[in-house]
Amino acid sequence: MSLFQVKDLAVHFGGIKAVDGVSFEVEKGSIFTIIGPNGAGKTTIFNLVSRINDPTAGSIHFEGRDITRVAANQVASLGIARTFQNIELFDNANVMQNILVGCHVHVGTSLLSEILRLPSFTQREIESRKNVEKIIDFLGLDAYRDSTVGSLPYGLRKMVELGRALAVSPKLLLLDEPSSGLNVEETDNIGSWIRDIRDVLGVTILMVEHDMRLVSAVSDRVLALNYGKLLAIGTAAQVQRDPAVISAYLGN
Amino acid sequence: MYFPKRTSYRDDLRLFPDRFTLWQYLALFAGLLLLPLAADGYILSQATFVFIYGIVAVGMMLLVGYTGQISLGHAAFFAVGAYTAAVLQSRGMAFLPAFVAAGALSGVVGIIIGLPALRVKGVYLAMATLSFAFIVEEVIVRWSSVTRGNRGMTVNDPVIFGLKLSGPVHMYYLSCVVFWLVMLVVINVLRSRTGRALSALRDSDVAAESMGINLAKFKTTAFAISAVATGLAGALYAHKLSYISPEQFGIMVSVEFLMMIIIGGLGSLHGAVFGAMFFIVLPQIIVGIKNYLPTRIAELPVLESVSFGVLVILFVLFEPRGLNGYWVRLKTYVSLFPFYRRGMFKRNKIASSDLIKH
Amino acid sequence: MNEFLQQLVSGIAVGCVYALVALGFVLIYKATDIVNFAHGEVMMVGAFLGLTFIEILKLPYWIGLLLAIACMTVFGMLLNRFLLRPLAGQGILAVIVVTLGLSILLRAFASVIWGPETFALQTPFYNRVVRVGEVVLSQEHVAIIVLTIVLVAALYAFFRYSRIGIAMQATSENQLAAYYVGIPVQKVHSLIWALGAATAGVAGIMLAPIAFVQVNMGYVGLKAFPAAVLGGFGSIPGAIVGGVIIGVVESMAVLYLPEGINNVAAYILLLLVLMVRPQGLFGIQSKRRV
Repeated sequence: MSLFQVKDLAVHFGGIKAVDGVSFEVEKGSIFTIIGPNGAGKTTIFNLVSRINDPTAGSIHFEGRDITRVAANQVASLGIARTFQNIELFDNANVMQNILVGCHVHVGTSLLSEILRLPSFTQREIESRKNVEKIIDFLGLDAYRDSTVGSLPYGLRKMVELGRALAVSPKLLLLDEPSSGLNVEETDNIGSWIRDIRDVLGVTILMVEHDMRLVSAVSDRVLALNYGKLLAIGTAAQVQRDPAVISAYLGN
Repeated sequence: MYFPKRTSYRDDLRLFPDRFTLWQYLALFAGLLLLPLAADGYILSQATFVFIYGIVAVGMMLLVGYTGQISLGHAAFFAVGAYTAAVLQSRGMAFLPAFVAAGALSGVVGIIIGLPALRVKGVYLAMATLSFAFIVEEVIVRWSSVTRGNRGMTVNDPVIFGLKLSGPVHMYYLSCVVFWLVMLVVINVLRSRTGRALSALRDSDVAAESMGINLAKFKTTAFAISAVATGLAGALYAHKLSYISPEQFGIMVSVEFLMMIIIGGLGSLHGAVFGAMFFIVLPQIIVGIKNYLPTRIAELPVLESVSFGVLVILFVLFEPRGLNGYWVRLKTYVSLFPFYRRGMFKRNKIASSDLIKH
Repeated sequence: MNEFLQQLVSGIAVGCVYALVALGFVLIYKATDIVNFAHGEVMMVGAFLGLTFIEILKLPYWIGLLLAIACMTVFGMLLNRFLLRPLAGQGILAVIVVTLGLSILLRAFASVIWGPETFALQTPFYNRVVRVGEVVLSQEHVAIIVLTIVLVAALYAFFRYSRIGIAMQATSENQLAAYYVGIPVQKVHSLIWALGAATAGVAGIMLAPIAFVQVNMGYVGLKAFPAAVLGGFGSIPGAIVGGVIIGVVESMAVLYLPEGINNVAAYILLLLVLMVRPQGLFGIQSKRRV
């Protein structure tokens, strides 16, 4: 039984079928990548999975549960975390505080315990900070822990966003175009991070990506999307050779 | 030069990060405690108002500065607190329960006024809170069976455990204590999971939701705490002035509250206090300069509002960090001496994102 | 029946005033993204200018009106140049606070220049009535409605058929694209502010016989907000419809609801709209893309 399934997922915005009858499964411990030209509907699928938008039809299943209509703020507690295409960080806070927000969903403190600084509060705060330390170590962000995120360079911001998502201790990690804005060297770098996250942390990864080198390097399975429809699904090599995919990217 | 050292998680969580800060605040508390020995009734009175408006400012800073919810309706909470205290006292209730009730009722009103925040934000929220302020003001005027409408209500001095608090010294201590308690509560909320959630939903509500933060719950919490604080301040205000009437809680009061925290410096509690101090001190400064102005201008009754309006516009356009910006620069200068560089706080386009986006 | 119709017409008339203020307000918002919390005070300035020309300088009504409009266009352009242009790019809170500060300043200057008292502004329609069958209506109210219709029609034609009008629409839709096609965007902004101030000025002068000219007139103009929200922020026909609806609701509230509700009817309506249908009657709801 796969960790994550999408069945006949569709969303219509007015007359536009942004996602049109897409189905796929993601096995636990694998890296699954969605590719496709701009506007194909890739990020829209992410927005449906993280429940920012409601699908018009179809279903989403995670760990056997139907999460199609779950509220957006419940997705994290189910074990799904994501990064955003345009980096949605908390620019006025520092790196440490940004990643701490990732712990929000697992370590809860009541308002009363916060106001009175009860021992339960202190204990849980320290627990959260220990989790964040592990992530800062893992991602090598120690030198920047107190830096305000808004003033960090782009590559570091991506890492912080990744760290924040990891702080959720997700079972499924949604990465939206991890290589965008990165040069070749940085892209290879992030490729190793992604593999490490799967191998060391045991997190399943669902990724949207443009860079075919990165896709081939890390993906276990690939799905090609165009105009909201599934074009091909298989290994990276299989999908790249598929004639429908080639014509979608290069034209007839 | 001075570098604070943190070697444990508990160090991170401390209220006073180092000995130096602790001693500074102890000195401040000692000074405030002993002020009545050195100052006359008038100065103590002004200080009391600084505490009262300081409580409002701290409450507003939590909601507007840290949670990014614009409120043009805080006069409503101020009024609810003031009138609750006045009405309950006139019905024979003792001060402390009435005081608590004032805060609690304001909190409830705060939750109600916060409902639009769950649907809209930015300028729409500003208008929604403004609308509530108009409605509350009208209710106070019309519900004259309880509030005595436009005739206003007299409020007697508070009595705590048999001790009657009359005169500027007593009110000074009372409002000082309440101020620091509110400050402590707000600081503790802000440097905890709730505080992080509030700032998160200000900076990116989409990301905050994806991290599991329930936006409705936290927006409501922010409105509630802010309203409770402002309501308590309103109750103190009622006892301080001994007389309240609806016209003291009009729209302009809400606007002045907002301007107070903008001038103080959005996004810092120090800024809230500076804003309150500025609000009380400005009229004094104007009275002082009047001697140096040509008589025609000096006699104008609008001098105060004009100055306030002009200053707030100047601050927004040229010094968005507010008074707190000056304070931070001064502290940095002193702590980094002699290595302070003049360009240190030049606005970096990327990092200077306005705290409240569209 | 007579009373009901009189109230209705009076409500529509006041609603037309709200509509004109809301119209200028939405125009400015659409083009420059600035929510002008001082637009009520801009209306007040227009009323005082009308007062100056018509009552103080004793010019004929229509000449005074035209002169006031001319002054308001200049006033609008000055506001844009010195106060609002520096605000470009700053967040919504900056805009709200600066325009609120402006409203304070305008009230203060008005009370210094003209005085804090209440002034009367005589119009040619003062104390005259119009008979429509059995019904007796105030000429004042009818004049306001007719004038508004004429003004709105003129503006519609202007936007639809004149080059400047089309340029204004383009700038409101997409400022960057307007730059690219060679539209002088800064000049267009200036003109839009001139237009917004002028319509507010007309509204103020029309309101004068009903509400009298005084420094706190701006609070009446504040009702432009509920009007704009009801109509759908960013929709000009919406602003007009919204204004009229609010005017009617207020006057009906005087007739049928407990005392005092008419003062806050507009704001209750605004809250209802925001809770139930935030995009108003004609607005479009847009979501940010992530």
